[in-house]
Amino acid sequence: MTDAKTNVNRSPRGNITRRGVVKALAAAAGAAAATGVMPGTMRYIQAQTSAPIRIGFQLHRTGIGATYGRWYERVTSAAVKLINQGGGIGGRELQIVTEDDGTDPKRGAEVVAKFATQHKVDFVFGTLFSHVVVGSSPAAAEHKMPYFVVSEGYHVASGKMNRYVFQPGITDVRAQVSSMAPWVTKNLGKKVTMIFPDYAFGHDHRDYFSAALAKQGGSIAALIPIPATETSFTKHFARIPADTEVLYHVMVGPGVLTFVKEMGEHFGSRRPQVFGFIDSLEGVDIASPGLEFLDGSYFWEAMPRYAGKDQTAFDKFYRQAVGVNDSGAAVSDPKDVSTYSHMFGCWETLYVIKAAVEKSGYKSPTAQDKKALVEAVESMTDFAESNQHPQGAKKFVGRIHQAFGHQNISKVNGKRLDVVHRTSIQDGMYEPEADYTKMPL
Amino acid sequence: MTRAASRRALALHLAVLALLFALQFVLPAYHHASLARILVLAAFAVGYNLLMGYTGLLSLGHAMFFAAGLYGAGLTVHHLGFGVPSGFLAGCVAAFLLALAIGAIALRTTGVFFMIVTLMFAQAGFLTALYFNEITRGDEGFVLAAAARVLDIGGQPVALSEPNLRYNLALAIFAACLLVSLVVVRSSFGRTLVAVRENEERTRLLGYNTFLYKLAALALSGAMSGAAGAAYALLFGYVGATFAAIQYSIFPLLWVLLGGVGTTLGPLIGTVLMFYLVDVSSEYTTAYMIVVGAALVLLVMWFPRGILGTVRQRWAPWLP
Repeated sequence: MTDAKTNVNRSPRGNITRRGVVKALAAAAGAAAATGVMPGTMRYIQAQTSAPIRIGFQLHRTGIGATYGRWYERVTSAAVKLINQGGGIGGRELQIVTEDDGTDPKRGAEVVAKFATQHKVDFVFGTLFSHVVVGSSPAAAEHKMPYFVVSEGYHVASGKMNRYVFQPGITDVRAQVSSMAPWVTKNLGKKVTMIFPDYAFGHDHRDYFSAALAKQGGSIAALIPIPATETSFTKHFARIPADTEVLYHVMVGPGVLTFVKEMGEHFGSRRPQVFGFIDSLEGVDIASPGLEFLDGSYFWEAMPRYAGKDQTAFDKFYRQAVGVNDSGAAVSDPKDVSTYSHMFGCWETLYVIKAAVEKSGYKSPTAQDKKALVEAVESMTDFAESNQHPQGAKKFVGRIHQAFGHQNISKVNGKRLDVVHRTSIQDGMYEPEADYTKMPL
Repeated sequence: MTRAASRRALALHLAVLALLFALQFVLPAYHHASLARILVLAAFAVGYNLLMGYTGLLSLGHAMFFAAGLYGAGLTVHHLGFGVPSGFLAGCVAAFLLALAIGAIALRTTGVFFMIVTLMFAQAGFLTALYFNEITRGDEGFVLAAAARVLDIGGQPVALSEPNLRYNLALAIFAACLLVSLVVVRSSFGRTLVAVRENEERTRLLGYNTFLYKLAALALSGAMSGAAGAAYALLFGYVGATFAAIQYSIFPLLWVLLGGVGTTLGPLIGTVLMFYLVDVSSEYTTAYMIVVGAALVLLVMWFPRGILGTVRQRWAPWLP
């Protein structure tokens, strides 16, 4: 489905002549058209004679984001297949052009420029890691390229990007942590110690959860930032106050398993309530050796990895389409655990793009059509829970280009996660601090 | 170098700069934008080459100087409201002063120890950028507002994102670094640096204060790297800790090795080749770094001194 190989015309080899190849292709195409072998192509031709809609997929195929990237690519392929089976976008076939950004902001900016000037795509989408989004956004603005990210960072909603950057398929970290605070204080405790990575992602958790906790009458017992290069965490656990009721952790990266193991060794059987973000364990099997200590603890999930009793028909449909079993792993390889709480964002974002193209009457990457598309996305307000939005209903705030949705709190029961609470959309909403719609296009 | 060889070298450098200037009129948009970025990075490589190629000091921490320029320009423009010229100057001065300070300590060591000390300082710089997250936004970085990236030309404000202006500014910075490098290499100062590279003990025995020469080379190299970092921030609008990380200390080393250590034009060739190796091969395979690695191995086999280094050795000994 993805098409990164632009140079498909090869020199003739051996005794195959160019004329012979052209003749054979022409004959094959004629026969295929006559016998209906290409129903998809014929349908687009009948629906509309215009060219395909081409979306540049800025993919973390290599680098630190590769685990996420692999699943983002699978979900995107599944969504594109379905969209095309349903007639494409506005009757036009949807094509994906993939470029690997290496999860690097410099390369990310280069890739956005390449999409705009070399591949000449209509839009760019799919970026996850915050530093790549922030690094690429100036290039999106320079090329007036609608840039749909699936990142969950607060960068878009903060107003620090530009008119062309949207995040309509996944909620941001500020909304996520804010919506957790009421349940945590009511059910787990009010004195919270936070352990977080000492960089921007962790600081967002620290700042927004602390504020939301205070609103609920809770208090921070201690803030424990972990340096980025830390490989052993034991010395940090000694800083956790004895009266801590809830330990809030949001460690990510290769040190997570060590972190959990050492946390278990530190506390033994007498531990406070433990609450974490599934970001720590995306792509990791909950049943992995060393994670036993997490049994009975709680996690935020955007979309429940394990199909539970409240599974919706939409989740069932989506799970089947992307090839994920009821435990959140690949059907083809149960050891290949998905990034279930993030990857749905690609699926939903593609359907938002489809809706925006059809609503705006977008036809080609001209300034006028892009303006109409940007304004069409900004005018959106609600996405109903459906096969197109299987994670749940969402509200979209055009002023800050950001979607808001439901969140889930799940408990580790043995070797699976079970949802114990689902927040309302309102729980995560906050007053917008910016207004992109006032920026010139 | 004879006078004729010297004139030939100067003519070659001016011809290369003229070619780079002319290319902007014929290159397609993507390659036009890419070359602007490459020229900024090539300026970084020229600075690195001055230290590694001509002074014989292999630094594994040059990302700190690039980042000093990047943050020196980015933070002053973003937080203090500096204009583009003063922001650029702030970046250069920050990198220059940092290089002096680091040099005063690191140059007490040589060889492998110098590599380790510079690596440690660079890592400290990277962690500093993460630690002061409230100011730098750490790993995520920050965008320089388009309104702040405007240059006043003849009373008319022109955005630095304007492709032609950006290309020519990138070319001007590269040209300045290249010509300074050429002048240094051909000067008695440059010849002393080469003497330090070849035999520091003997140079000291001849009465030269080699520490001061090495410090001057490091300061100049750091300032050039900082100029490239400042230019990157202002021309491309993004400042982030990634540019202070270890890979941005390794990249200039690879560019210089590929193009030719101790050749003035080698860094440009290495940067161009490496950019397009990644750009093209990543379209075909996820294992593009293996392709890059294989290409490097082949180049080392066929061009052991880098491309221009081998050319100089076999065919053009007059190349500086």
